[in-house]
Amino acid sequence: MYKIVRKKSLNPTVTLMDIEAPLIAKKAKPGQFIILRVNEDGERIPLTIAGYDRENGTVTIIFQVVGATTTLLNHKNEGEFIQDFVGPLGTPSHLDGLKKVCVIGGGVGCAIALPVAQALHDMGAEVTSIVGFRNQDLVILEDEFKACSDHFVMMTDDGSYGEKGNVTIPLKAMLEKGERFDEVIAIGPLIMMKFVCLTTKEYDQKTTVSMNPIMVDGTGMCGGCRLSVGGETKFACVDGPDFDGHLVDFDEAMSRSRSYAPFERHAYEETCNLFAKEVQ
Amino acid sequence: MPNMRATKNPMPSQEPNVRNKNFQEVTLGYTEEMALDEAKRCLNCKNKPCVSGCPVNIHIPEFIAKVAEGDFEGAYQVISLSSSLPAVCGRVCPQETQCEGKCVRGIKGEPVAIGRLERFVADYHNAHAEGAVTRPEPNGHKVAIIGSGPAGLTCAGDLAKMGYDVTIYEALHLAGGVLVYGIPEFRLPKAIVQKEVDNLKALGVKVETNMVIGRVLTVEELKEEYGYEAIFIGTGAGLPRFMNIPGENLKGVYSANEFLTRSNLMKAYKGDSTTPIQHAKNVAVVGGGNVAMDAARTAKRLGAENVYIIYRRSMNELPARKEEVEHAEEEGIIFKTLNNPVEILPTDVTDPRDPNFGWVKGIRCVEMELGEPDASGRRSPIVKEGSEFELEMDCVIMALGTSPNPLLKVTTPGLDTRRRGEIVADENGLTSIEGVYAGGDAVTGAATVILAMGAGKTAAAAMDAYIKNKNA
Repeated sequence: MYKIVRKKSLNPTVTLMDIEAPLIAKKAKPGQFIILRVNEDGERIPLTIAGYDRENGTVTIIFQVVGATTTLLNHKNEGEFIQDFVGPLGTPSHLDGLKKVCVIGGGVGCAIALPVAQALHDMGAEVTSIVGFRNQDLVILEDEFKACSDHFVMMTDDGSYGEKGNVTIPLKAMLEKGERFDEVIAIGPLIMMKFVCLTTKEYDQKTTVSMNPIMVDGTGMCGGCRLSVGGETKFACVDGPDFDGHLVDFDEAMSRSRSYAPFERHAYEETCNLFAKEVQ
Repeated sequence: MPNMRATKNPMPSQEPNVRNKNFQEVTLGYTEEMALDEAKRCLNCKNKPCVSGCPVNIHIPEFIAKVAEGDFEGAYQVISLSSSLPAVCGRVCPQETQCEGKCVRGIKGEPVAIGRLERFVADYHNAHAEGAVTRPEPNGHKVAIIGSGPAGLTCAGDLAKMGYDVTIYEALHLAGGVLVYGIPEFRLPKAIVQKEVDNLKALGVKVETNMVIGRVLTVEELKEEYGYEAIFIGTGAGLPRFMNIPGENLKGVYSANEFLTRSNLMKAYKGDSTTPIQHAKNVAVVGGGNVAMDAARTAKRLGAENVYIIYRRSMNELPARKEEVEHAEEEGIIFKTLNNPVEILPTDVTDPRDPNFGWVKGIRCVEMELGEPDASGRRSPIVKEGSEFELEMDCVIMALGTSPNPLLKVTTPGLDTRRRGEIVADENGLTSIEGVYAGGDAVTGAATVILAMGAGKTAAAAMDAYIKNKNA
């Protein structure tokens, strides 16, 4: 059992938790993830590590409430426990030697983009951050991003905060002006990463994405997380989750991510009903 | 007087058309009367060929003699001198090629049903044993086991009985390896595996789950920082193979490992499970081993109308146990042997946003014929010209075998492995690193439960000798 030592709501649907897991905290690196089960009968879900405190032995996760399991997790409070918490999994991000980087975060993906930006900043790299949200209410981690970025751009789809539009608009403008980075690192919804890659491809700008496919074990034994990368099949849980964005088959990845959509919708409704009854 | 009937007592089992709709155990086990009667068929012969056929050399005639006397607990004590997992082995061992294959009674008639008797004795013990197990006297030495499958559990059990302080590290949230994620409930009820793990815990073995060794701790750290004097690697062969044919990444295509892990470990076969699994109408399972049979029979139980085994050789070459093939046939699994898939066909939807985009719609196969025997004596299958055909499918399960997971190799400097990632180990299980032993599928590539247990047993003896020698 793993103790929740801190819980903080970042916006109405995104929650941060620090989980007591000293061994994982000791080893974790940016880009790696954990797998958790909320309770005895729960499913295993992957979440990217959003931070760690090696001294206090905690690992930070940030999750969006999107379905049954994240709803259950969000009902857990400080001092309570989750059943299973395993990691660090996956290959850490390759950040060595990068001097000038554009980090792009979309929605809850910003929680994972932030530690990458922080690590780059700590290494002395020049960091340009572009973050995007649907609207002002959903903005998270703005101050943290600003603190580790040399240039910072905030976008919202509806223009309720920052600039109006999606993250590819400022990205394209920079590239068009002749700006080039050692790497663009994009982390967020598949559709966002796909369009970032389509944009950078035009300018031959190297781009890395962090993939988030369906996973079961997270240790390479099932291939549920497989992706086509440059025409080859890769297992995101061991070969990734970071890949060269220009080689990823995003249409296939988006299709595979919806494998269980009807089941998930049903499970979500059941869970919501369960909690609604408790409230009554 | 021994019972000279030529045939085994048959095993009571669920009717095929009932059992192919539920996940309860297919075979029901002997009653006391059946066990007593079967035990009397053993001639207690002098040279005991059955014992040499058992990879862990259980004292078979001795335990059967106890059964014949009605001393079932005494029989259990005899078995437990050699085996830590009798309830498992009695169920999943291929006895026909091991103990029973060597039984003298098998020359004229059927061999003694050693596996069924072992199972009976273990189940009897688990149902009736009372009181705490006496823990062995600690000898003050610490050992670590990586992986809690049959090899690791056996190695742990043997070392614990010698007085070692044993810790098992397991990557998943439950101990048991393939016994919990691979072999289905209807062949091996998970309560039985849990009971065997509990028996080990009662001996003082500690089980640390959620520990991916290589990531959270390295082998070197286990030795240097945690002070384990010897380490056993029993990490199995859990990396699934695919065919590399077009369409393998379509929705509805699973590795057998994923399909079985969802169903067994995550309990997706239960209606109220939080882990989803596809309930398909037409399912193709590619491969002919025990894993293919397990996947096919699972798919049938999940409600599939038609389940096909697609195998490139003929019925005679199926690597699965004969009993499993028979059970599958009885349950209505359709065998399409001498067939090989060349492509998995997608739905004809082209808009990626359409929910029907990217699903399996069918499978394209070719017919095969067996050529002349090659150097190894096996007849290799050859494609029949112009024999292509298509079958409608909404699910395809790849059961083509597995290789050892590369994670430990990559994170353990100095650990020698072979081409497919098998760890190099000598006949005692010693690897290229001092004090580090390995056994089971991690060394041999995918094999059987009992061979893994045998390797765990051999390594335990070698680890004991190594530690004693070092401290002498």
